[in-house]
Amino acid sequence: METGFTLSNTIAAILTIGIISFLWKDNPLYKLCESLFVGVSAGYWFVSLYYQNLLPKLFDTLGLTQLFTSADIEPGAIQILINEGRVDNSFLYLIAGILGALMLTRLIPNLGWISRWPLAFIVGTTSGLYFTTYFQSNAMAQLRSTILPLDSIGNVVIVIGTVCGLVYFYFSKEHKGVMGGAARVGVWFLMITFGASFGYTVMSRMSLLIGRFDFIFSTWLGLTG
Amino acid sequence: MLNRTGGIVFTTLAIIACCVMSDFVYADNSAVPEDPSFGVPAPPSNVRVEDVPGDAGGAVRVRWNLSPDDVDRNTKFEGYQILRSTQIDNNFEIIGTSPPGQDLFTDNSTTDGVEYYYIVRADAGSMISESPPRGPVKSSQQWFNIGRLNSFIALLILSTAIILYINQAKRGKELYVRKIAGLDAVDEAVGRATEMGRKIFFIPGTQDMNNVQTIAGVTILGRVARLTAQYETPLDVPVSRSMVMVTAREVVKEAYLNIGRPDAYNDDMVHYLTDDQFGYAAGVDGLVVREEPATIFYMGAFYAESLILAETGNSVGAIQIAGTAMPAQLPFFVAACDYTLIGEELFAASAYLSKEPKLLGSLKGQDLGKLIILVAIAIGVILETAGWFDFSRLFTVQ
Repeated sequence: METGFTLSNTIAAILTIGIISFLWKDNPLYKLCESLFVGVSAGYWFVSLYYQNLLPKLFDTLGLTQLFTSADIEPGAIQILINEGRVDNSFLYLIAGILGALMLTRLIPNLGWISRWPLAFIVGTTSGLYFTTYFQSNAMAQLRSTILPLDSIGNVVIVIGTVCGLVYFYFSKEHKGVMGGAARVGVWFLMITFGASFGYTVMSRMSLLIGRFDFIFSTWLGLTG
Repeated sequence: MLNRTGGIVFTTLAIIACCVMSDFVYADNSAVPEDPSFGVPAPPSNVRVEDVPGDAGGAVRVRWNLSPDDVDRNTKFEGYQILRSTQIDNNFEIIGTSPPGQDLFTDNSTTDGVEYYYIVRADAGSMISESPPRGPVKSSQQWFNIGRLNSFIALLILSTAIILYINQAKRGKELYVRKIAGLDAVDEAVGRATEMGRKIFFIPGTQDMNNVQTIAGVTILGRVARLTAQYETPLDVPVSRSMVMVTAREVVKEAYLNIGRPDAYNDDMVHYLTDDQFGYAAGVDGLVVREEPATIFYMGAFYAESLILAETGNSVGAIQIAGTAMPAQLPFFVAACDYTLIGEELFAASAYLSKEPKLLGSLKGQDLGKLIILVAIAIGVILETAGWFDFSRLFTVQ
């Protein structure tokens, strides 16, 4: 990276200081940085989504791009239909395109209800797809890893921790008596895990902070070697 | 002095160890002496290739009869090489190896629908011999994956239980769900904002509608919106995904309609900031310090922005109720919020709050699943500890 008071370094340093100034209080410099950050990132994501999704996955695959350009792009579904006379599977992307276009009916007050269809499709397919994958990764894999012989302290801790954690997340019975005791142990396990995770993440955040300070003091100001 | 004594002892022990080891090496060599007459190994015979039955595709099974030279006494025999090509007569490449004594190889790198030919090569270092090419064979996925039969049965039981419970709930049967601590605070938090005449912020996470946590968060938003409609409390929902914005608007609008206050709803209650994770965090932080909401809900999937958001909310003195199933972010919400719905409590919360038969039935069905898992763990641990049966094998999903 180029060091010193270059234009890009100076802008980056001012924006970094502007964002960090929020620790003091809300101030005009932070407001400027925040507005820039939100605005630029929103625009960036729009362009990024267009070039990473809409263009390659819809327009190129269907062959719409190829109709308007002479660039060397692989033939899409329309070209395959015209040249080879067969309906390519890529035409299925048309369904996604139509569903996406239906979202825009929200802009027409009388037809706004149609936009619920693609929403229902997305929520429904998501739930269905994740039902099996979550079950396999979160339930079956966890179960398999918990069935252990009680021949070491580590195994005993894993079995007790998992069983008590499951009891805590059992909602059909009030946490009283044995259930209450097991649930309490489950919460201890959770809190110990959270504590360890908290410490670990704080350390990684500190390294991010050090990285920004290093940029300001070393790369920009050149104060350290 | 000590060093010298130690050195002598160490040297003596090393010499003894060398003598013992050389005995072992000699004994090993004497057990399987090299066959000086061994040349080119005989090739494996009767090579069979087939699509792996009952799988998700992408795999071909290769079997063969062992080479007559694949015997314990032969130290030169190194095993088998499996070669693959899409043409019968050339372009064969090694795709894997099998040790001596093994007569099976599964090629997990095939493309469904492509015809492949296989050769199995007996490998004795510099000497090799090959079987004739076998094929063509095409891999394909079957309607039923035998390797996931256990998963299928478990999901069938779970789905049946959920459907039965949903039907019970629809028929009006009271399904008990224990109190969830953080949820009792929802009404209290909305009431506080109403008394103070300040806004309620609802942050549905930074992930899209294809994340179940976001779906759960938006469901809870429906309940919060009903309360804000009832008490005429201003509600602000900044979102980071366009799909979430559309869904959240639908949910909030419906809540205001159901309460009979469609006039109090406006689309600006749910507004888009940016898709960028930290751009969104910076935007929400700015809104929080300027608007000073009385209550903030964080319900959905969060990543590294969780503590930035929760700490800012804490600094303006807002009551904060969080819920997420992201294990790495839960510690931050636990530390910085007044109440936190941990993991599955987030999903249970939507059922508890809405009393919707479908959600309640799902929750009860899942509880039955947990009960079955607890019993399976108990049985499995006993069997494993006694060394009678590898019970965990039953839960392996391919």
